[in-house]
This record gives sequence, structure tokens and C-alpha cells, in this order.
Amino acid sequence: MKRLAPLFLAVLALVAIGVAKAALSINGAGATFPNPIYSKWFDDYHKKNPDIEINYQSIGSGGGIKQVTEGTVDFGATDGPMNDEQLKAFQDKHGFPILHFPTVLGADVPTYNISGVTGELNFTPEALAAIFLGKVTKWNDPLIAGANKGVNLPASDIVVVHRSDGSGTSYIWTDYLSKVSDEWKSKVGKGTSVNWPVGLGGKGNEGVAGLVKQTPNALGYVELIYAIQNKMPYGKVKNSSGEFIKADLSSVTAAAAGAAKNIPDDFRVSITDVPGKGTYPISSFTWLLIPSKFSDAAKRDAIKGFLKWMLTDGQNEVEALSYAKLPNEVVAKEMKAIDNIQ
Amino acid sequence: MATTTTTVPSAGPISGSRSFISRLRDGDEIARLVTFIFAGSVVLITLLLVYELWRESYLPRHKFGFGFFVTSVWDPIFDKFGALPFIYGTVVTAGVALLIAVPLGIGAAIFLAELAPARVSDTLQFFIDLLAAVPSVIYGLLGVFVVIPMMRQYIQPALKSSLGFLPFFQGPTYGVGFLTAGIVLAIMVIPYIISVSREILISVPRDQREAALALGATRWESTWKVVLPFARAGIMGSIFLALARALGETMAVTMVIGNTPTISASLFSPGYSIAAVIANEFTEATGDLYLQSLIELGLVLFLLTFLLNGLARLLIVVTSQRGSGMGQA
Repeated sequence: MKRLAPLFLAVLALVAIGVAKAALSINGAGATFPNPIYSKWFDDYHKKNPDIEINYQSIGSGGGIKQVTEGTVDFGATDGPMNDEQLKAFQDKHGFPILHFPTVLGADVPTYNISGVTGELNFTPEALAAIFLGKVTKWNDPLIAGANKGVNLPASDIVVVHRSDGSGTSYIWTDYLSKVSDEWKSKVGKGTSVNWPVGLGGKGNEGVAGLVKQTPNALGYVELIYAIQNKMPYGKVKNSSGEFIKADLSSVTAAAAGAAKNIPDDFRVSITDVPGKGTYPISSFTWLLIPSKFSDAAKRDAIKGFLKWMLTDGQNEVEALSYAKLPNEVVAKEMKAIDNIQ
Repeated sequence: MATTTTTVPSAGPISGSRSFISRLRDGDEIARLVTFIFAGSVVLITLLLVYELWRESYLPRHKFGFGFFVTSVWDPIFDKFGALPFIYGTVVTAGVALLIAVPLGIGAAIFLAELAPARVSDTLQFFIDLLAAVPSVIYGLLGVFVVIPMMRQYIQPALKSSLGFLPFFQGPTYGVGFLTAGIVLAIMVIPYIISVSREILISVPRDQREAALALGATRWESTWKVVLPFARAGIMGSIFLALARALGETMAVTMVIGNTPTISASLFSPGYSIAAVIANEFTEATGDLYLQSLIELGLVLFLLTFLLNGLARLLIVVTSQRGSGMGQA
């Protein structure tokens, strides 16, 4: 027994060192939409850098903004950029600004269930806004039928389905409708939850998808990824160049590239309805929220290291999980912005 | 080594009966104190809960005042918050649920307690207890995949064609809505009513029944006129439990109610409940007024539960005074 004791102590010491080395743990919280890719990134990055562990809780964008402002987590994540009021709240509390870093792209698609219609429908911005405002109530309304020549649309009532839970998906959808319809902008506005003029609410993408699938003549919107993974039919949407575009990873990245030239330095930009050929109009960035100052130098370096890796090697992993990757122009700009973290 | 020595003192002789009794008395005091603290902590937690909900809903209370209860616009973008459609939805769905669950549940409890052979009763009770333990999301899925399609295809059209002259059964039939939520809630609360009511009925003393039978009552007369009134307070207790569960149920309701803040006499209309809107919007609520309005909704739900339970208790007091004056448990 006694001879084993030193060995035991040595093992204990090694374990202690191991624990101490892995002790650099970084905590983040926020958006649920990018959670699958974030989990994979943080896991892969931990494998490459065993001494850095990044924990992420997908509690929702609102929660992410709140927690990073309160300082209970090291970084946040959001599907809709922070507004000026929220930026000011962070600045006032901490004395330095918070930075936005786009990570991947998402998109919303219109999905429907009309008896007798199997093909892809074309949707104009005017039609989508009028339907969600409750002004167009029948499927065979000229506003819809005009873009779908040759499709036999029924004269039945449209059952509008939207998200009932606050979500980035709704933010993108309402941001788009606010851009293409002044009436929507003044009456409803954009946000993770809004006062929907018409329709039923489903909880989560699966709730909306379930209602659309079950209810004859329903129209709803879901995340592109969700539609792809569940092989749901979805329609094309007319972009600002007048083309009807079906959402896929490349048309979403094209939308970001279309916006890249005019992207502001703080990356807070909406890329719905951007100009450019081949762009899918209902797309959006999702952002990491990183404080611009860290008191802990090790943490700062770890986060900067992760951001650099995420923008290079990390981007190669995103399409496997059906996210659209960032265009090169945005990556280059973000690489420069990393230096602003001190 | 150390463990063997510790047993020695306890094996030693008791040092005199008086000090033993006083120690026992001390123990009594301790037990009393401990249980008092436990009981008091329940009250304290409730009060703290109300205090916290009150404190955290400062902004909407001051901005909207009483208007929060009587306006029906819920608009996070333009910062207008009114709770009326959610209060309405909560009360209506719980009401529909009780309307269905109370007769069914008490009827089943009477069968199990009074009429069924003991073995059948015990076996069925086992399954009923299982039902009470099913998580609510499962009932929600049942609602989504079974009840909603059934409602839309068969039940709602049938109700519309037969009872469509009533305002409760008009309008478009989506499948989701107040009625569907009420039915799913009824399925969820029936096990509580059966389980508790059965226990209460079984515990009614045998001589009550025997006395009734000896006076020439039939079996049903003894159940209806003697056993049920005797057990009334306990059965009411089971209904409170069901009501509380129905008012606060979140997951299953949000999956079938349609999540649209509407006030409509039609039970086919989609609606919204307090618990459902809190669950749906809390995580993404940004802005203090929005968040605090959701917290005030929590306060409203608390008050609503309190109020409805109080009313139900008042109902018991009134009816038992007017009633036969039969012994109450």
C-alpha cells in the first residue's frame, strides 16, 4: 500500500494539472437557429485546442442579448441585430461597445398546402404582404394567380400560419415584409414577435409545419434548413431584380454577397430584399455578439482565435448542416474587425 | 477503526427516566418547530412569489394600470399590452375542460368505488394513475396528430350542422381552437378527478351505506343520496385540483389552441391562454416593458387561479348550508 501512495499522488497531480489546463472555459448564450452549427464548431474547436472549452446555451436571441449585457456570459448570439437602444445600454453599463460578427446565413421560405396543387408556386412581395395583412384572402386572387399562370388555384380561403413563439425566423420574415410593404411597416413592424393581423400560430418550425401540413389551403413560413431537412415543398419568391428565386444555399449566399459592398462597419445590416441577380430576398445573417474589451487576456485571445478559425476552416463545415456560408467579402471584412477586440 | 467506537455510547444505559422523558419532550418541541417551519415555508414561498411578480411588473402596472385587464391588443413592436384575450382564453378552455371532465370523472369514480368489483377497480385505478403521470407534451402531440384532424374533419362540421344556430359553433373550422384545447385539457384532468374522487368515495364509512340500504334505499339511491353528499367536499377538492391544472397547463394548450389572441363566442375560433403566451414569448422578449408585461400576465394567472378557487369554495359553503346538512369530511 505504502509504496503505491507516491504513484497515487502523482496521478492526482496529473489530473489536477489536466483540470487546470482545461479550465479556460468560455460561456455564451443566445439564438437557437444557429445552435447546431455552433455546437459543432465549439466541439471541433475544443478538439483542436483541448485547453479551450466554449459552452453555448441556446436560450433565444433576446436572452442572449440580455445575458451578455448583464455580463453573465462572455459572448452572446442573435438572429436580429441589436438596436441602438440595446447598444447604448451595453455601452452605458460596461464603458465600451459590443461588436457584431456574422457567422452563417439563414433564410425563410413560404410553404403551403393546397389540395390539387403540386407544383412550385411563385410569390410576389406584394402578394405575401397582402396575404399576411389579411387583405388577400382567397388563393385565386389575381395578385397570386397573376404570378402563377397555368396553375389551377382554388377559390378557397387562405389559412395563414405564423410562429407563435418569439423567434429569429419571424424577425427575418417581418423584416422582409416591412421592406416590401409600407403598410406592413407602419401597421405591424418587424420583430421576433409581432401583433399578427391574421392567422394561426404554431410553436416552433415544427408547429408551423404541422399546421400547414394538416390544414387544407394553409400558407406559412419556416426556416430554409427546416424545409430542406424535412423535404417540405416551398415556393419561389420574386427578388428586387424581378426574378423568381427558389431558396437554396447558393442563392442565400448570393444575397449576402449582394449586400457585402454596402455592409456597414458594425455588420448590423439587413440583407432582405437586397439588389442583385440570383439573390434570394428573405435571407439574413446571424451574429455573435462579442464585447470589445476583455479583462482576461487569455479569454480574449481564445475568442479571437476562435473567430479566425470560424471564418476560415469553420466556414467549410456549415454547408453540411444546410447553412449558407458567408461570402468572401464579408469574411475579409470580419477578419479586419477582429483586431477591434482588445 | 473509528467506526467501531462510535456505537459504544448509544449502547450504554439510559441515564434516568426523567431526563429521558424531558428529552422526548424536547424532541416533540423540535418536531413541532421543524414541521412548523416546513408549513410556514410554503406560505412564505407563495408570498415571495406574489411579491416578486408584483415587483417585476412595475412598468406595465404603472403604464397601463387597470387597462391591462380590459384591453385586447398585444403588440410588442408598438409596446401596447392588454391581457383580456389571454384571460378569456384561459377561462374558456378551463371551463370547457371542466364541463367535459367533471361528469365523466365523477361518473367513472362512482363506478370504480361503488359498483365495480374490487379487482377490476384496482386494476383500472392503476391505469388511471399512469394516465395522470403522462407528461403534458405527450397529450399535446395526441392533440396535434389525433384530436385536431378529427375535430376539423368530423366533429366541428357535425356540430356546425346540428347546433350551428348557437353562437358557440359558428365560423371557419381550423381544427385548432378553444374547443380542441378544452377537450385535450379534459382528457388531461380526468385522471385527477377520478383518482381523488374514488379515494374519497371509498373512504365513506360503510354504515352510511348500510343505514341507507336498511331504510329500503336501492343501491343507486344510497350512492346518489347518501354517499355522494357525504363525499361532496372531497369531490370538490378533486375538481379544484383539475381546475388548477387546466388553468396553468402550458405545453399541451399551446400546441392545440391556435395561439391567436382573439375573443370570440365561437368555440371553433383559435385563441390563446396566459400560460401559453408566457411560454411562447418569454425567451425572445426584449425590452423591459415587454418582459414585465409577460411577468404581469403571470401575476394575472396567479390571481385568476386564486379568484376561481375562492369562488368555488364559496359555492361549496353556500350549497352545503342550503343542503341537507349531511356530515362533511
